[in-house]
Amino acid sequence: MTSGYKDLSITVEFRGGAELLFEKKKNELNLPGDEEWTLRRLLFWIRDNLLKDRPELFLLGDTVRPGILVLVNDEDWELLGQGEYKLKPRDTVLFISTLHGG
Amino acid sequence: MNEEELIREIVALRKTLREKKDTLRRLQRDKHVVQECGLTNEEIGRYSRQILVPEIGVKGQLKLKKSSVLIVGAGGLGCPAALYLVGAGIGHIGIIDYDEVEINNLHRQLLHSEESIRVSKVVSATAALTRLNSSVNITPYKMQLDSSNALGIVKQYDVILDATDNVATRYLLNDACVLTGKPLVSGSALKFEGQLTVYNYRGPCYRCVFPTPPPPETVTNCGDGGVLGAAVGTIGVLQALEAMKIILEMSGVLAGRLLLFDGTETLFRNVKLRPKNQNCLICGDNSTIDKLIDYEEFCRAKANDKNPGLKLLKESERLSVKEYHKFADSSATSHVLIDVRSHEEFEICKLPNSINVPFTQISKPNGHALVEQVIRSMRNGDTRIDVIVICRRGNDSQKAVKILKGLINDEAVNIRDVIGGIHAWAKNVDPTFPIY
Repeated sequence: MTSGYKDLSITVEFRGGAELLFEKKKNELNLPGDEEWTLRRLLFWIRDNLLKDRPELFLLGDTVRPGILVLVNDEDWELLGQGEYKLKPRDTVLFISTLHGG
Repeated sequence: MNEEELIREIVALRKTLREKKDTLRRLQRDKHVVQECGLTNEEIGRYSRQILVPEIGVKGQLKLKKSSVLIVGAGGLGCPAALYLVGAGIGHIGIIDYDEVEINNLHRQLLHSEESIRVSKVVSATAALTRLNSSVNITPYKMQLDSSNALGIVKQYDVILDATDNVATRYLLNDACVLTGKPLVSGSALKFEGQLTVYNYRGPCYRCVFPTPPPPETVTNCGDGGVLGAAVGTIGVLQALEAMKIILEMSGVLAGRLLLFDGTETLFRNVKLRPKNQNCLICGDNSTIDKLIDYEEFCRAKANDKNPGLKLLKESERLSVKEYHKFADSSATSHVLIDVRSHEEFEICKLPNSINVPFTQISKPNGHALVEQVIRSMRNGDTRIDVIVICRRGNDSQKAVKILKGLINDEAVNIRDVIGGIHAWAKNVDPTFPIY
């Protein structure tokens, strides 16, 4: 199949306990370059392809559940347009579950 | 002399010793020589190694001496934070904690010692801190911080440390700091990980970043998830550092940034947070919250890290430990005992013939298949069989019974749980069993 996009290589990390919902803390992904990848599309892709079970512990509606921060290249996704952000090659997307113990 | 008498005598002797030491300190203080710079000779000697640091100097030391820091929580974060702040010569430290010292605190809450078990944490912490530096004024508050008392206490201090262990108190403290205009140095930790940032100081507040509390079922406390002393201690020490930088009016305070620490890889990562939210309900331009609210209701969670007693099952679906003990001894019925604690907990102690299927696995195909396989192997054809579920305190076991009943649709399989779990077993059946 030919398309105008190349495959997209990114790193997806889960920390702060969020990794318990997945197989691995760190995932090197090669996403099919059939169309543009936004963070929102990545969220659903992660739910369908990486999440082991209990999607409600990761997503709420079409965004992450309260208590999970999304960071792209160590910047809060709020600064980047949240779900609308267009992923670039070699981006690192970090999902961090906030801790409350002490 | 018996054990009780000896303990009483030791307590009395300690009290006498403390009184005599106080008298000695007062006598010595009267002889202090104050230099022109404003510090006494004793202070110059004691703090010389930090006064020599250009960012501090005499001026900085005097700032520290005139400042006050409130530490909320005398646990894994609060203990090291208090130790370094008192060591550095902060003038006044307030410490709030409602709890008493337990033996399971001592691996990480290092202000407390074996002799402080069952003693109030703030009393124990005050004694330890006074031993380190008697010139610091320490105010212990043995109380649960809540909406009725928070503002009155918070407003008396320059910097506030969030060293608490639960979501509700974190929101309470944030709102109290916004309403009184105080910087909040917020630390948290679990297992090998820690997080640190400064709220309400030239950047966002806790609510700007987390407008909605997390669903209660996604929150893990140290009593369930476990925590390493050195990991939580790392964050506590850094909280003391940030508090000092704020007092010294240094640039580079960790505001608008979040430090993520992962002790498994010794990875420190600094991420950039969103700015202050103009629409924030508490610190925004048109804030709608002008007084403290009910934070337990807001977070749908208690303002402590103790596990509440769940009540999910009917009485007929539950066995007391004594009933189970009798039941297990009578060989008439064959039964399956499923222990739904984690592998780590199962390794600590277990009941005879129990099978470990961690709660997190119960609803998954593998865990469910294991339970069914065990039932099949213990059962002759279609005869009745009892499945008993046990956990640490009798909460997860109830949830597991609910899940298993949904998965195993068989009238002849009678699934029940043990009230109070392993803890109740240790208390009421086998006193040689460990409690953790």
